[in-house]
Amino acid sequence: MATDHPAHQPASLSSYFITFGLLMFLTILTVYVGFQNLGAWSTPIALGIAVIKAALVVTIFMHGLNSGPLTWVIILASMFFLTIMLGLMLSDYVSRGWIM
Amino acid sequence: MSATNELVKDAGHAHHHKDLAHHFDTLEQQHDANLLGMWAFLLTEVLFFGGLFAAYTIYRYKYSAVFEEASNHLDIKLGALNTVILILSSLTMALAVRCSQTGNGLWTGNWLVLTMVFGFAFLGVKSMEWGHDYKVRLMPGKDFFWWQYAKAAKDMHTHGGGHELPDMKNVKSDTNPELGVKGRQESEQARLFYLLYFCMTSLHALHMIVGFGIITIITYYAYKGAYSPDYYSPVENIGLYWHFVDIVWIFLFPLLYLLGAHLVH
Repeated sequence: MATDHPAHQPASLSSYFITFGLLMFLTILTVYVGFQNLGAWSTPIALGIAVIKAALVVTIFMHGLNSGPLTWVIILASMFFLTIMLGLMLSDYVSRGWIM
Repeated sequence: MSATNELVKDAGHAHHHKDLAHHFDTLEQQHDANLLGMWAFLLTEVLFFGGLFAAYTIYRYKYSAVFEEASNHLDIKLGALNTVILILSSLTMALAVRCSQTGNGLWTGNWLVLTMVFGFAFLGVKSMEWGHDYKVRLMPGKDFFWWQYAKAAKDMHTHGGGHELPDMKNVKSDTNPELGVKGRQESEQARLFYLLYFCMTSLHALHMIVGFGIITIITYYAYKGAYSPDYYSPVENIGLYWHFVDIVWIFLFPLLYLLGAHLVH
């Protein structure tokens, strides 16, 4: 039986509603923080909140928490390549002024 | 696929499950393969949107002051409303997937319909915003109008005015030489912000429209009772797609709408 049935058991209903509540709270938080004058910190904080929200969606709504290593290889690979794309591009643009 | 299974059965392989395609050994293997394929597709989607996010990052870095000003002409209330609507649709999608896992076809279908209702509400709000942007000439193109509008809007803020528009008939074009080099540069940078805004939000909206088509088909099969605890990958896969679209918006909202919010007081 263990080999003849999709292994994933339905997650509890409450986990979905709690996640939804957290996402709503973080949406309000990100709007509140957006109106504060935090200078250079405002973008890292806004992105930090967005990353937490995305992580909630991936782990609970998309069942990342109950997924096998192959799924996580793909999730981590997408982040890895996105980091390469943004990181290397930024390292170019940010450092251009240094040699002037 | 079911026709193939009938053939398999007729050939004497009655032990084959009706939902198991014959090139898989077990339902679990089939389920895992379906899921892996969908995740691999989403990886390409991350990099697809990533190109636009990269362009945004570079120009945001180069022209941060004008980008913050330009961001202030988007409606934060509508953006936040749409965030709430889209997360609601993600919840109903998660519930649809859960109902398909427990074999409840009726409620799988119902939650999917509700997901589409929220999706249409999102696009309704979005098209209102786009219509407004067009009216106030923030659509990047020949008639893009930024510099004097920005100035007039700034005056209105300081005088405590509402969101009334400056009189469009008597204003000069952004290409007017009187603006000087700086004015024209600012106009071009703001136009770049709006170009990215329209590209990113419309690519996102396009993904939702594609989603409607697929959800409609899955809803039809859900009501027909095609999904069971043994076979629900199509519902789970459209769920993954929809949640991915939600995640894109989770990043678009602060990056596009909240960028210059701290300037408004």
